[in-house]
Amino acid sequence: MEQIGFLPPKAAVLARRDEIVGDLLDLLPEGCLVHETRELVPFETDAFVSYRRVPLAVALPETTAQVAAVMKYCHRYGIPVVPRGAGTSLAGGAIPQEDAVVIGLSKMSRILDIDFANRTATVQAGVTNLAISDAVSPDGYFYAPDPSSQLACTIGGNIGMNSGGAHCLKYGVTTNNLLGVKMVLVDGTVIELGGKALDAPGLDLLGIVCGSEGQLGIVTEATVRLIAKPEGARPVLFGFDSSEEAGACVADIIGAGIIPVAIEFMDRPAIAICEAFAGAGYPDDVEALLIVEVEGSETEMDDMLRAIIEIARRHGVKVVKESQSATQAALIWKGRKSAFGATGRIADYICMDGTVPLSQLPHVLRGTAEIIERHGLRVANVFHAGDGNMHPLILFNANDPEDAARAEQAGNEILKLCVDAGGCLTGEHGVGIEKRDLMRHQYAEVDLNQQMAVRAAFDPQWILNPSKVFPLEGRPAA
Amino acid sequence: MSVIHDPLSEEATSRIIRAAVAASSPLEIRGGGTRTLSAGGAGRDILSSASLSGIVAYNPAEMTMTAKSGTPLDDIEAALSECRQMLSFEPLDVRALLGTGGIPTIGGVFATNASGPRRFVAGAARDSLLGVRFVNGSGEIVKAGGRVMKNVTGLDLTKLMAGSFGTLAFMTEVTFRLLPVPETALTVVISDLNDAQAAAAMATAMSMSVEVSGAAHLPESVRGRFLGGRLPGGAATVLRLEGLSASVSVRAEKLTAAMASFGPVGTLDPADTAQLWREIRDVHAFADGTARPVWRISVAPTAGHQLVAALRLETGVDAFYDWQGGLVWLRMESDPDAELVRRYIKALGGGHATLLRASAGVMAATQVTQPQGEAIEALNARIREKFDPAGIFAGNVATGARY
Ligand SMILES: Cc1cc2nc3c(=O)[nH]c(=O)nc-3n(C[C@H](O)[C@H](O)[C@H](O)COP(=O)(O)OP(=O)(O)OC[C@H]3O[C@@H](n4cnc5c(N)ncnc54)[C@H](O)[C@@H]3O)c2cc1C
Repeated sequence: MEQIGFLPPKAAVLARRDEIVGDLLDLLPEGCLVHETRELVPFETDAFVSYRRVPLAVALPETTAQVAAVMKYCHRYGIPVVPRGAGTSLAGGAIPQEDAVVIGLSKMSRILDIDFANRTATVQAGVTNLAISDAVSPDGYFYAPDPSSQLACTIGGNIGMNSGGAHCLKYGVTTNNLLGVKMVLVDGTVIELGGKALDAPGLDLLGIVCGSEGQLGIVTEATVRLIAKPEGARPVLFGFDSSEEAGACVADIIGAGIIPVAIEFMDRPAIAICEAFAGAGYPDDVEALLIVEVEGSETEMDDMLRAIIEIARRHGVKVVKESQSATQAALIWKGRKSAFGATGRIADYICMDGTVPLSQLPHVLRGTAEIIERHGLRVANVFHAGDGNMHPLILFNANDPEDAARAEQAGNEILKLCVDAGGCLTGEHGVGIEKRDLMRHQYAEVDLNQQMAVRAAFDPQWILNPSKVFPLEGRPAA
Repeated sequence: MSVIHDPLSEEATSRIIRAAVAASSPLEIRGGGTRTLSAGGAGRDILSSASLSGIVAYNPAEMTMTAKSGTPLDDIEAALSECRQMLSFEPLDVRALLGTGGIPTIGGVFATNASGPRRFVAGAARDSLLGVRFVNGSGEIVKAGGRVMKNVTGLDLTKLMAGSFGTLAFMTEVTFRLLPVPETALTVVISDLNDAQAAAAMATAMSMSVEVSGAAHLPESVRGRFLGGRLPGGAATVLRLEGLSASVSVRAEKLTAAMASFGPVGTLDPADTAQLWREIRDVHAFADGTARPVWRISVAPTAGHQLVAALRLETGVDAFYDWQGGLVWLRMESDPDAELVRRYIKALGGGHATLLRASAGVMAATQVTQPQGEAIEALNARIREKFDPAGIFAGNVATGARY
């Protein structure tokens, strides 16, 4: 499977390979540059594994100053730079290219400051998402955005992709929880945006940096908000006879003015896969399952759950499973959280990430099923239903190039369906290379040109992660 | 004499902007004019959103609305209240503070990134803005974002448009998310704390799992200006709780018990709660009909009272605090003392100060927005150039962006 293109490597850069490696070795402390081909292989892709490119070298700096030095050097010689966190991007955002220096933040993994009175944590960009919550949990706090990959993915990558998670329905995604960054601009200048104050002055540069997929600069430190943990949290599980009913139930819960912390959806294939893997006690005779989680005091949870269950009954819910204990709650979530891993055990899959208006959920689920059937593939749907963020997992056999091509084609059709239903190509995984060539389906030429112009204000020569996000043809001349 | 352009469509807006570029005639972008201190528009022609008005789509079940930028905020709020929904970020109304007239518009709300007491749970206007249509300084009609809650498709230009104060482009349409109006709300009041004690009490309250949705401190000097003087005691530290009735009363009990160690505790009913937080939002204490300088200062919550204490030793100030102490509304007796204010902000860990009110002469002579250092200012300038290559909106950088 090789359909998505990369920019052709710059011959001049490739020709100077050894010289560049030598210069970078001078700029960095020992053990901070990977340049042997064999050792470069682990960096050739991310979680979008169908595409691979071995980079020219990988710099693993330990300080902001070292990031700045490498960046300045690469800028001077027009060498492409691909920032990398943990490489868990599902969109190919962290896949390098042959003429690129990867700047990996894995060595910058220290928590610098935890300030409970102001409820902030300042961390280096290579700190994992979960490490923040782990560090503050004993004191009763957490960091809200919780991608399923939170054990591995870094806060720098979360900022790169503006990542979300199951609990974002109530607490928002990365951009809503980010207060400040220290970042290195393309020419090596170090700037700080925001800080411990709740808002920053002037144009919202922090807002544009978040979700910019490593194209505007390299984040080396971040200040994020901490939130006091709720008194309690309790999920309820619903089984429905049809996806339509489940979808309509979601819309009615939200429409009734109830905002749970999470509403997760699984269809029959997803239920079966997760149940086989996690033994979560999911019903095997329903077409769709919802996990709705509420939080607060006991009274509050009782009240909300009562109202939610009543709405579900109006939609003919077949199975209602209220969790009676922390163990049961954990089990309900275990099934959902292992969805990707469990799917990976039975087949290769690509994970779509389109978002649609809630009212369009049933329509898009139907359309997805049709597309999948037409291509003779299988799909498992498991996603954040409360905010319309769909994750169809398209199952295929990676050893069969035709099957893989069909899966990619079906994925593209599903994403177009999402856009046509008033939604967007990606809700939380980012564009990367995966959705790059679909951008024109969502945006008109002028829209994209405006985005690219802003990008160029940060990186006039397009050396930061240049093969990503924007279609390769029709770019402004550097 | 400046001309007021009042286009009826995006296409007409585009023609006006292209003509202005051709004639090198700068434009001032104006919404409802609530922040316009002088009628003349500084001699520039005015591009007004007044005729781009109306709700385009409202879908209560999806909690989103799309409206043309010139739609009066009142119209939006009337439609929302029918479905018991609201703009969660509580946009402030500056008219009483600034002594201005005009009608707040939804475009103006987003252009100024207005945000009120619920800031730390619901975010600012920028956090609710899902999509925007605008006409840039080249006359191109551009859309950014969309109408769904989660969207990371490309660069997030909506964030840049929020809070851009008419310096990048003319917004024609905005799509934003809504939240249900909480079933009930009440306020826990702790009396007689000094500023430092109040900061500690608010930090404690915010560390509890009771979901405080507003935390303000009204020192004795301003307390009488709120709720028509009905707040009890001397200084009042106020904490708002919102949600389902049963839950709010449980949380209030818990919070009251915890706050009792700080000082005498009382509560305000839903009606007083609504009025109080509206008055805090609108800086009621300093809506005094004067032109005494008023700063809006954003710092780390625990730094707010330290800043005021430090300034007090050097000059005459009065202040109250929102956002757990991190939003300081500061009124100066006479001179704005910009240099002094910013020096102390820096010394206390950083943040920013914007001069919101002063006489026209003082405004003109003061750096009203926070200077951001060479590298960031250069970046800002490059970004502006990408939206507005001819600099047709450049004058707004000096005037519009001051608030
Ligand atoms: C099993 C699995 C489950 C997942 N679940 C979720 C989920 O629930 N929600 C969700 O949103 N995502 C999810 N993801 C996607 C992925 O984990 C996120 O996109 C994550 O934020 C990537 O972080 P990372 O550290 O791995 O970044 P990488 O993949 O290394 O990089 C991601 C992007 O950010 C850029 N970048 C990285 N670091 C920096 C930096 N310091 N400065 C500037 N740019 C940088 C890169 O260039 C790249 O474009 C999942 C992935 C997997 C494999």
